[in-house]
Amino acid sequence: MTEIKQNKSMMQRFMPLIIFGLLVVLLAVGLTMDPRLVPSPLIGKPVPTFELPLLNKEGVFSDKDLKGQITLVNVWASWCYVCRQEHEVVTQLVRSGLRVVGFNYKDKKPDAMAWLQQLGNPYEVVVVDSDGRAAIDWGVYGAPESFLVDQQGIIRHKVIGAVSDQDNFDDLMAAIKKVQGNNL
Amino acid sequence: MKILFVITLLVFQLSAWAAPMENFKFDSAEQEKIFHKLSEELRCLVCQNQAIAESNADLAKDLRKEIHGMLLAGDTEEQIKEFMVDRYGDYVLYDPPFKPMTWLLWFAPIVVFAIGIVFARRFILQQNTTPAPDELSSEELQRIKDLQMAVKMSDQNKKNDDANQESQS
Repeated sequence: MTEIKQNKSMMQRFMPLIIFGLLVVLLAVGLTMDPRLVPSPLIGKPVPTFELPLLNKEGVFSDKDLKGQITLVNVWASWCYVCRQEHEVVTQLVRSGLRVVGFNYKDKKPDAMAWLQQLGNPYEVVVVDSDGRAAIDWGVYGAPESFLVDQQGIIRHKVIGAVSDQDNFDDLMAAIKKVQGNNL
Repeated sequence: MKILFVITLLVFQLSAWAAPMENFKFDSAEQEKIFHKLSEELRCLVCQNQAIAESNADLAKDLRKEIHGMLLAGDTEEQIKEFMVDRYGDYVLYDPPFKPMTWLLWFAPIVVFAIGIVFARRFILQQNTTPAPDELSSEELQRIKDLQMAVKMSDQNKKNDDANQESQS
């Protein structure tokens, strides 16, 4: 009887400590999350319809042209510093056989052309969204962002930030593997 | 003092200048009202602690333009909100919607409050109850019995004394 009483008072004494501990864990987990990473509601949905002019040739490119092949749509701009950093990795992805379409976001045509001239143009095509209207349909809120689109034209994965970032790169690779696996 | 006043005025004036609002034209006052309401309620995703109405970011400008265009095209407030959520997710709304995913968010304060009430009640009740008297030990009981016996005996003696005195007189 007295032992139970004692246990209870022990519990009561340590309760604030336990609650404090739980709060610390909760807040610590919260701190490790990046509020800038907003999950895209577009994942699992078909790409938005668009028809945009090309940067360095005549003609237009539309959502229909994305179908048929796994494609990475890479949103970039010449004013975007991180795009410069990820350029090398984007180039490597293309070399490894991935189809990459450039999405030039709110940029000036001469600036974009000069950027590609300087760093090299890894893209199959570059579509131009100078006023950012099409980007709104894609839920783009910054650059760089990249969308992995499968053969059916469904968005499978979104990279927010540089694909050269190790975590982003690993996630993208896993997503590509998964999409390839689904279609074997 | 005067200087402080001037500085305050200057600061507030600056913040008034900072509010970025294009000179949009609207078909009706109602449209303008919805425009202002929406741009206060929608989050600018680049600068996350600002509403679209407050932000100078390029994206915020584009979204204000978009809202304006949609209003002129006859879209309702709900349609515009849906448009934004479809593209940017619930996160774009400052007021999270009420749905199973967000139940925890909405109910947590009530639950925490209820737990607090329960604990507070228990604490207050504990303070009020006077501790129940412990049972008397057998020694104490014996002592009471002895005392009672002593009182009885002294009563008896007194009575006897009185009776003796009466018979003597």
